[in-house]
Amino acid sequence: MSERLTARIDGREVAVTPGETVAAVLLRQGRRSWRTTRGAGRPRGVFCGIGVCFDCLVVVNGVPDVRACRRRVAEGDDIRVQHGAELPR
Amino acid sequence: MNRIAVIGAGPAGLAAARSAAAAGADVCVIDAEPAPGGQYLRRDALAGARAHDPATALPPGVEHRPDTVVWAIEPVPGGHRLHLRTGPADDPGRTGATVDTRALVLATGAHDRALPFPGWDLPGVFTAGAAQALAKAQRLAVGERVLLAGTGPFLLPVARSLLDAGARITAVLEAGEPVTGWLRDPAGVLAGSGKLGELAGHLAALARHRVPYRPRTTVVAAHGRDAVEAATTVRLDRDWNPVPGTERRVEADAVCVGFGFTPQTELAVAAGCAMAEGFVRVDAAQATSVPGVFAAGELTGIGGAALSAAEGEVAGAAAARLVGRDPRPPLAALRRVRRGRRFAAALAAAHPVRPGWTTWLAEDTLVCRCEEVGAGELRAAARERAASAARPLKLVTRAGLGPCQGRVCGRNVAELLGDPRLADGFARRPIAAPVRLGELAAGNTADGTNTCAGPR
Repeated sequence: MSERLTARIDGREVAVTPGETVAAVLLRQGRRSWRTTRGAGRPRGVFCGIGVCFDCLVVVNGVPDVRACRRRVAEGDDIRVQHGAELPR
Repeated sequence: MNRIAVIGAGPAGLAAARSAAAAGADVCVIDAEPAPGGQYLRRDALAGARAHDPATALPPGVEHRPDTVVWAIEPVPGGHRLHLRTGPADDPGRTGATVDTRALVLATGAHDRALPFPGWDLPGVFTAGAAQALAKAQRLAVGERVLLAGTGPFLLPVARSLLDAGARITAVLEAGEPVTGWLRDPAGVLAGSGKLGELAGHLAALARHRVPYRPRTTVVAAHGRDAVEAATTVRLDRDWNPVPGTERRVEADAVCVGFGFTPQTELAVAAGCAMAEGFVRVDAAQATSVPGVFAAGELTGIGGAALSAAEGEVAGAAAARLVGRDPRPPLAALRRVRRGRRFAAALAAAHPVRPGWTTWLAEDTLVCRCEEVGAGELRAAARERAASAARPLKLVTRAGLGPCQGRVCGRNVAELLGDPRLADGFARRPIAAPVRLGELAAGNTADGTNTCAGPR
């Protein structure tokens, strides 16, 4: 676990370990939700953890609808909360 | 075109690839994960480069395509064509390719089934499988005070993983009879005696950590504003109706639920394989109703890793025979399949999901999490608008039309409305994995690269 990468979460730099998923990074930061639903605007985070439920969607490098539980963090990734239905930048 | 493609690199897929390769067949393993192993053999993803692991190793000569999803399957003369995207999950820059195969082994596994209850959509409610995956691969405990609820023996290894990851488990709640209830089918239990030893080890670990294991109890509500802060537990009767007066409010920052498993059948359904009660029908050689398509593991019935591996070995040999090889008859694996299925049947009989769960729901409890469709709305659609088949039900309520495509809600909607056959209508997903419109427009790589299929 010696090597570290740097990613940004909602604009703030965090050190991450190669192999970490976006969901694990967010949970380790103490975050439990990082998306709001399209309809009622309710908070969501990880639910199924294996890419089935699409609850943990997050915006990575401007691209919305990325499953945080499936996506491994890469150096320099810019990760932010997704509000409802977003279109790619 | 004489290649065998194995989809999925869990216990079933690995065994299929090994037995087909042992018979001299040309094998390609396609898997969505970065490393082979699937859910059961999931490894620590943070350990960096690791030593050779015989449990998940593929034989030399077998091509492994990690980080690859099969998003569509179509018949072509002499076999099937698979449409792939390879690269970081959900990234628009993934590489497209097609693979033509003579024989296909589907080993796509299963995911947890979660039953809805008020508050199950709050962050902090996880499936048991999520807790397991995060603990095993990411060294992460989903909470500090965790309630684990559901039914079946899978709760025990999940509890063990959570303890290993440093979580404190408030209680393990088994909605049905305790694991010891299996003694009612001694022959079935005997067939899985190896498994029982494993479970006894998990129970001993729970006892060491003073974690209570409560049968006929479950979580019927999660509370909190923006995340779970507490849960209501209740005793259940035989049919899983809550016993009045037994409600208890328990503080928890995570609630993990697992009520058995749902097989990931979309590719089998898309290939036209005949199904039976939600699972892919196979013969003794693991052949489906579609020539050239075999299935192994949890998508033929929930039976655990050992049975999956045995089925995979049989399927791999049968696929090798189909492409003109002469494998040794997998007699030992066939015996293990027979024994494993007996155990699986005992397991299914011991841990059924009972109909009383539908009484846990309030009118506004979401059943379809994606499209935010409540139980009351679904019942009203069935009652007042005569939406009695899956398609009208989806169109009237939007249940099952969100990004998960009914994977989470399909069976629950069907049981809530009292028609289990409805679930089949939620399991049809011609696009088996999400693809971005830009990816569809771009097609495959410019040079039509198709490295997996080799010379055709």
